[in-house]
Amino acid sequence: MSLCLQARQLSCERDDRSLFKGLDLDIRSGEIVRIEGPNGSGKTTLLKILSGQLRDYQGELFWNGVAMRDAQEQFLANLLYLGHAPGIKSGLSALENLAWYQSLSGESGSESERLDALESVGLAGFEDVPAGQLSAGQQRRIALARLTLTPRALWVLDEPFTAIDRQGVADLERQLVVHAEAGGCVLVTTHHELTASPLLRRIALG
Amino acid sequence: MWAFIHKLGSPKWFYGISAKLQPWFWVAAVLLIVSGSLWGLAFAPADYQQGNSFRIIYVHVPAAFLAQSIFISMAVSGLVFMVWKIKVADMAAAMMAPLGAAMTFVALFSGAVWGVPTWGTWWMWDARLTSMLILLFLYLGVIALRGAFTSRDSASRAASVLAMVGVINIPIIKYSVDWWYTLHQPASFTLTSRPTMPTEMWLPLVIMVLGFYSFFIALTLMRTRSEILRREASKRWVHDLIKAQVEEAR
Amino acid sequence: MHSSLQGSSHSSSDSPSGYRQATRMPAPSVTLRVHKGGLMVAVKATLMRDVTLLIRRRGEVLNPLVFFALVITLFPIAISPDPELLAVIAPGLLWVAALLAALLSLDSLFRSDYDDGSLEQLLLAPQPLAALSLAKVAVHWLLTGLPLALMAPLLGIMLALPAGSYAVLALSLALGTASLSLIGAIGAALTVGLARGGVLLSLLVLPLYIPVLIFGAGAVQAAIVGDGVSAHLAILGALLAAALMLAPWAIAASLRISING
Repeated sequence: MSLCLQARQLSCERDDRSLFKGLDLDIRSGEIVRIEGPNGSGKTTLLKILSGQLRDYQGELFWNGVAMRDAQEQFLANLLYLGHAPGIKSGLSALENLAWYQSLSGESGSESERLDALESVGLAGFEDVPAGQLSAGQQRRIALARLTLTPRALWVLDEPFTAIDRQGVADLERQLVVHAEAGGCVLVTTHHELTASPLLRRIALG
Repeated sequence: MWAFIHKLGSPKWFYGISAKLQPWFWVAAVLLIVSGSLWGLAFAPADYQQGNSFRIIYVHVPAAFLAQSIFISMAVSGLVFMVWKIKVADMAAAMMAPLGAAMTFVALFSGAVWGVPTWGTWWMWDARLTSMLILLFLYLGVIALRGAFTSRDSASRAASVLAMVGVINIPIIKYSVDWWYTLHQPASFTLTSRPTMPTEMWLPLVIMVLGFYSFFIALTLMRTRSEILRREASKRWVHDLIKAQVEEAR
Repeated sequence: MHSSLQGSSHSSSDSPSGYRQATRMPAPSVTLRVHKGGLMVAVKATLMRDVTLLIRRRGEVLNPLVFFALVITLFPIAISPDPELLAVIAPGLLWVAALLAALLSLDSLFRSDYDDGSLEQLLLAPQPLAALSLAKVAVHWLLTGLPLALMAPLLGIMLALPAGSYAVLALSLALGTASLSLIGAIGAALTVGLARGGVLLSLLVLPLYIPVLIFGAGAVQAAIVGDGVSAHLAILGALLAAALMLAPWAIAASLRISING
């Protein structure tokens, strides 16, 4: 299996401020691509464009060779995006939060899958506690449980290490490598220094 | 057709072509409005029922026409901006909104002034005036929404969507207000619905309407031109243009 | 380099963080999924999620109802307790107060989703956003508009609303508030990215509410004077059908604008 996300001559201009210009990207299976740049260089904007949220750009995007506007649904079905905010409802329990995410892609899933996923991020015993009562780090772990619960080929992660403890950071980093080794693809921004790996590639903005 | 649309979309091209068109619309506006008001106010015969107070229609009707047309052109510009990403369309829409609100206010105010001799009061919940009042609120909503965003790109899109939603609603609002009015029947006769109007009364009215439209086009061209300069201030062609004008002035 | 990563991972399996799956499962090879619908599953889950959330925060369901009752209480105090006078203005008062109560709760429709990031995730679901936002609006109507409609006859008694118009009052409100929720959601979606969108939301939405108000209050008045009410209700139904067809697209477009504010 191989996948590729390509950008050709990608430019983005927000309110007359040019964030980046003429960007060519090829992101393929088995890669961890880290987008780097100072604050305000457009890292989040680039991730939003590459995850299909922001459609206000010049240039072309291709998903497996098909122009993005024709491949939108297939692309989204293979995408897992985690943004700045974890996307966890404080009024729902961890299990209920995950159940909604499973259903969004059209599959109901099973309770045991969700329990396993929660266990894998160290949240065993917190399944039925309203997420609002958990710490910021634990809420982010619920979001990270989606990485195992809903397998997707392309991970787009915007600052995924925020609020995670040191052990969690090491584990998540390892998970990224395992995903890339299995043929997946990771696109990430972070201020945390990633351990060097042959799979890691850096793209500098700004 | 496509080439034309994209050419029109380039601010530089629009800036050039509007410079040529603008004077003609100004001349037409002045000629039409001056002759229309002279004819309408001084020479047209007085109304047999309302006397001279009917002459306010020479301001009220063109303003009301324009108030509705501007909202429609604002929504069309919004659609053009959203579909083809033509920025000039959005600049024009942004410039039209305050003018439309002003025209709506003129229509409301002239209607109120006409109400004093006719109904003996400044305000009646007449169907036309009520629709106009709602239209004024719609304009204020679009202007307020555009002003509320810090990002101009988002502001443009949000205002475009709201203008389109508004324009779909205007006929529904108008129809329901008319229906509501006939149900309650408060006043006996309204400003503009009269069975027959002699030619020497309606001809100046047509001239005034045309004059108001020319005025609207001329003013929108002028304001869009300055908006183009403001938004494109960092672009190369604007720098060249200003340099050339400074040279010329020397 | 990589082998050292694998080596350290074994020790982490019994670490307090318990982040284990990376080592426990020999990573299954990643496959591309083919999207095959499942829209109903997603819509149903979104409906259930929003109903659960609102029922857990009961205040958000009750506040509009209390507001409705309070506003209705203000009118006899401000105008006159005379039942004959109140009976004349009752249909309009009930409709205006219910409309304002429904408007009051609109600001929170997308607000919490926007704040906690789940709105982004909703946009990225491989499902039509219009359908998912329609599910959210349906919940808003179910837990705001419908309770208001059911409560209105009770307040009608307090305003000496003439007999024979109670059922029409509830029915017109049930139909009308559905349109109000749909139209209002456009405004809520447009203002959700703004820090203080509440007042602006009312400014955008209230003019668009006028047709619904005219025919809704008109239906109750027609019932009082003994005219046929079916025409009014039919028009309310037609407005609802039009809103159902057009509003979801406008809501979806507005949400996409707001998320990139």
